Amino acid sequence: MNSHNLILEVSHLRKVYKQIEAVTDVSLKVHRGVCLGLLGPNGAGKTTTIEIIEDIIPATSGEILYKGEPRKKSFREEIGIQFQHTSLLNYLSVKETLKTYASLYSDPEDLTALIKRCDLASLLSRKNDRLSGGQQQRLMLALALINKPSLIFLDEPSTGLDPQSRRNLWSIVDTIKSEEKTIILTTHSMEEAEYLCDQVAIMDQGTIIAEGSPKALIQEHCGTSTITLPAVTDTALLSKLSYPIYQDKDGIRLECRDIQEAIGQLSKININLSGMSISSANLEDVFLRLTGRQLRD
Amino acid sequence: MNYKHVWAIFMARNLEFFRDKAAFGWNFAFPFLIIIGFSFIFEGQSHQNFKVGIFPVAEQDGLFKQTTVPAAFQNEKRVTFLAMPDREVGEKLLRHHKIDLLLDGTSTTHAYYVNNSSPNGYIAEKLFLSSFIDDESQPAVKGAIQGQEIRYIDWFFPGLLGMNMMFSALWGVGYIVVRYRKNGALKRLKATPLTALEFLSALTLSRIFLIMFTLAVVWYGSDLIFDFYVQGSLFLIFFFFFLGGLSLCALGLILAARGTSEEFSSGVLNFITWPMMFLSEVWFSLEGSPEWLRKTAEIFPLTQMLQAVRKIMSEGATFADVQGECVFLLIFTALALLLGSILFSWND
Repeated sequence: MNSHNLILEVSHLRKVYKQIEAVTDVSLKVHRGVCLGLLGPNGAGKTTTIEIIEDIIPATSGEILYKGEPRKKSFREEIGIQFQHTSLLNYLSVKETLKTYASLYSDPEDLTALIKRCDLASLLSRKNDRLSGGQQQRLMLALALINKPSLIFLDEPSTGLDPQSRRNLWSIVDTIKSEEKTIILTTHSMEEAEYLCDQVAIMDQGTIIAEGSPKALIQEHCGTSTITLPAVTDTALLSKLSYPIYQDKDGIRLECRDIQEAIGQLSKININLSGMSISSANLEDVFLRLTGRQLRD
Repeated sequence: MNYKHVWAIFMARNLEFFRDKAAFGWNFAFPFLIIIGFSFIFEGQSHQNFKVGIFPVAEQDGLFKQTTVPAAFQNEKRVTFLAMPDREVGEKLLRHHKIDLLLDGTSTTHAYYVNNSSPNGYIAEKLFLSSFIDDESQPAVKGAIQGQEIRYIDWFFPGLLGMNMMFSALWGVGYIVVRYRKNGALKRLKATPLTALEFLSALTLSRIFLIMFTLAVVWYGSDLIFDFYVQGSLFLIFFFFFLGGLSLCALGLILAARGTSEEFSSGVLNFITWPMMFLSEVWFSLEGSPEWLRKTAEIFPLTQMLQAVRKIMSEGATFADVQGECVFLLIFTALALLLGSILFSWND
């Protein structure tokens, strides 16, 4: 992708709250039409980073260029935001909320189309404080899309949703992607990132520690497949092999790039293959490998 | 400033207010309840009354059948007579301030008992003694006050409206913004092209609209019941209510500028409203209080507004007579708006 396609360029972003450094040094480039996932454990600095880019909170230092220039007053007309934690005016109905927010933009989306897209038709007369979690997220997404934004920020959009609501949300985001809009989303769900994102950036302790497409990251940081053997398997025998081996409560995991070859070698050293299972590495494996298994608050 | 933005938020806030049944009812019901309560206390049948016991009388019905209580005192309208079976019972009630005076109904010398620490007893005693003045004595001369007599309710009514406005303005602007900031509603609005000036203007206009609407309804409703005495211009009275409301909303904006805790904001709001309520002559006049206290009370916008409204209402003051209050309220509003907009932050 060339620089002409660059919609957002973030350089050496830093944010310090009194004595806490929430964002240490973040630099990233986002190209037009790409869905970028910002992943990281709790407290990694994802939300702070995304809110600085959205111009909701100021950075301590660093530079942000939107379409090659510092963000102007018109920036808010061109972006759509779905916050992780937010609230609306309680006593307004869904329709009134949509109309109110549409009035705040110079070129709002056709509300009929937006209502259809976000599946809000049956909720129009319902008050905001009477919506379920999934319905509220759909309304928040509609508000993020109400100004036909070219750059959309989704901060943990599926948190707290049931599987049906989550799939519904993904399908809406999929439609947005097909319109060549640029999306930056933060998520804890690796499944969501793998499903929706073209590019992912993994953050930890205020900085980006890995960046690339989900496939490339899996390729780079994990064996492409994992063979899991029962816990009773003789680890002394396995240690003769050159594959990385991990042991946990689920059994003994062996990571390899060529499954045929690995199974052949296991047979050669007389490992009992009954009870063996094979799985491909995924983004969660990459995430855990890069950020560790230690609990974060 | 984009007026379309201001209108959108103005309408949204109005809808919120009218649909919040508790807040809506409270804003209308509270002044009516207070005014009706006070009318019962200070008007009609409920004027100051003294309780006088007479012994020994077995039944209330036969109170004056065999007593020597002077006829003039028996007909005293401000006294309620109560039958006491004996002196002992009467003295006990007198000691506990349950009655104001105790008469020996059989005494030819008009023997009576009074609790010397009771202010009401002192007045009841004077009423009793004055009832002995016979026709040949120099009659007491009672002077009448000149002009229209102002009832307490006429004096109190602007104070009540002012107090309602103060709570509505400070809580409706200050507290609401703090709540919006805390629950993230402000952050959601910040993500739009809406500017802080547009947002604060819409909020203030909405609150002023609601205050004036409430004021008009309560004024009209109360006037139908109590027929208030208004000597000056009603338009000028409402103009000063508007100015006062504006200055109180502006004061609310200062609080709204940075507050992030609803609990802390409640404390600050109480800290502001309580002194204003007692020192701005909402309930009682500060006449006779120390000079420094009256001077301190002058700094409150509520004091200035009530002074102007009462002058117009009771004394028929013209705009020229209350221009000092007008200038004060305008300067106060401008300074508070400026400070509020400088300090305002969308974020927590």
